[in-house]
Amino acid sequence: MNNVFVYLEIEGQSVADVSLELLTKGRKLADRLGVKLEAIAIGSKLDGIERQVMPYGVDALHVFDDPRLSPYTTQPHAAVLVGLFKEEKPQVCLMGATVVGRDLGPRVSSALKSGLTADCTSLEIGDHDDPKTGKSYKDLLYQIRPAFGGNIIATIVNPEHRPQMATVREGVMKKEILDPDYKGTVVRHDVNEYVPDAEYIVKVIDRHIQKAKNNLKNAPIVVAGGYGVGSKEGFDMLFELARELHAEVGASRAAVDAGFVEHDRQVGQTGVTVRPKLYIACGISGQIQHLAGMQESKIIISINTDPDAPINTIADYVVVGKVEDVVPKMIKYYKAHSK
Amino acid sequence: MSLKIAVLAKQVPDTRNVGKDAMKEDGTINRAALPAIFNPEDLNALEQALRLKDQFPGTTVTMLTMGPGRAAEIIREGLYRGADEGYLLTDRAFAGADTLATSYAIATAIRKTGPFDLIIGGRQAIDGDTAQVGPQVAEKLGLPQVTYAEEILNLDENARKVTIERHIDGGVETVEAPYPLVVTVNGSAAPCRPRNAKLVQKYKRALGVQEKAAITKDGGVLPYADLYETRPYLNLKELSAADVDADFSQCGLAGSPTKVKAVISISFQTKDSKRMTGSDNDVEGLVVELLSNHTIG
Repeated sequence: MNNVFVYLEIEGQSVADVSLELLTKGRKLADRLGVKLEAIAIGSKLDGIERQVMPYGVDALHVFDDPRLSPYTTQPHAAVLVGLFKEEKPQVCLMGATVVGRDLGPRVSSALKSGLTADCTSLEIGDHDDPKTGKSYKDLLYQIRPAFGGNIIATIVNPEHRPQMATVREGVMKKEILDPDYKGTVVRHDVNEYVPDAEYIVKVIDRHIQKAKNNLKNAPIVVAGGYGVGSKEGFDMLFELARELHAEVGASRAAVDAGFVEHDRQVGQTGVTVRPKLYIACGISGQIQHLAGMQESKIIISINTDPDAPINTIADYVVVGKVEDVVPKMIKYYKAHSK
Repeated sequence: MSLKIAVLAKQVPDTRNVGKDAMKEDGTINRAALPAIFNPEDLNALEQALRLKDQFPGTTVTMLTMGPGRAAEIIREGLYRGADEGYLLTDRAFAGADTLATSYAIATAIRKTGPFDLIIGGRQAIDGDTAQVGPQVAEKLGLPQVTYAEEILNLDENARKVTIERHIDGGVETVEAPYPLVVTVNGSAAPCRPRNAKLVQKYKRALGVQEKAAITKDGGVLPYADLYETRPYLNLKELSAADVDADFSQCGLAGSPTKVKAVISISFQTKDSKRMTGSDNDVEGLVVELLSNHTIG
């Protein structure tokens, strides 16, 4: 009762990184609250799945194993969570802000009439005094997220409803093994007690998963372009610089929305979070939702015609100039000096 | 055979092009500085609905939006592009709703104005980016959901099933789902057709109750007032919480489990930046410095 739960996203037989990151965060929240950390694995052929998650400090792993539970479809997974949560009454439930988590989370929160906050960038425990009712609450989950297109940061609480649900994007939290020999219990549930046959109503008839086309998340150097790059062709130059530096190309949301590059290169709160040793921001003004996804880069270079671009305040080097002038010069002098 | 389709659409502040004047000194949003627009992905949703209407003659597309009186603009925009009718769900009781209370209100309105074969909306709205209302409406109506839809590939009227291509993390998936069904559509799906000139002519004077009231307030005169009697389709329909038999305790702020504890304009750790121009000399110096401290190379 009253524990912290993490929904494990499982592709094939392997637990997604985002879920391991949430277990790491969930362990810390559970310690702070003085409760247990529990995880839920829903899928097919899950024997041994506990070995992937126990090292993150899981006290109890709930396993729901049935061929019909993989690949993921909404209603059976939602039925499992709703049924389990009615029994276990967790105080906190965390999920990845992935396609699966963002499909499943709202469905479950609606069924339980509990609050859900999407795409949190930080989770903390703290107290809350309601200014309207005068009631005080101890140890609520602060769900912190950029809102309004990333122009403000809001702290959301769910004072009266449980579980307090939140989704978090991959890469926002850090995964860290707690103890390779951590011992938790495994509870195998009878799926049929939770999921009536009628819930298997949507059929996946075809499915293609490609390996990620880029390695933006782990790239040591990122060359990123914004709306200021101007065009798809303008990005060619960034790809060339990236090739020279063995870097990956990233982009701001404005550049992605304008169709300059594919969506999977978007850096920021609604894209990928990166922490490279060097981030070269080309023609990016620096909306907060972008900065939230790259501010931890070790060294930041901003190339922008606007000397007062917001991103310049967090940059180590500010080059005031046109991207189409500066980037070719960088390529030229890199070639000249790196030999 | 014809279908009944509802399109869920939202009027949102354009958060994509936020200027420096978007935030007030006290850290709150200066809404006046942000134009109100048709939520982009809801237009992609409308297109999917209109394609079904093209394919299945006799199909009706009903716009459903929730907001203040001026959100009737969304209904008009839908009519200009080929929707048949619309409802503006509007009531002070709905104010301050989080996603759960919003989906409750929308679900009650759908029950009142339906039944619909398909309920189609955008994946998410750009002012909140939560993607929660679609799935929550589906759950409240007890309907299946297909989110992140790219295209409705096929609709089989006899089996009452649709085939939908959807995006998943790192790939694509094709699913088959029975209808009635809730579908949410990605921004990368087919863009919405433009306004139709004839429909713009037909509906340009269409107004909601509150829009008319805003004009006649302070003694203003409603132009072409008689048209609204001879052409009933120019009167855009509004629904209040009472009209849709909503339980007030589940609406608006009262029905919202999530509360905003604090809002701040974010500030980042500012650094002492080294500033330079884009001259050959400066750029060469930068590259040499990065090479010498092994940041690159």
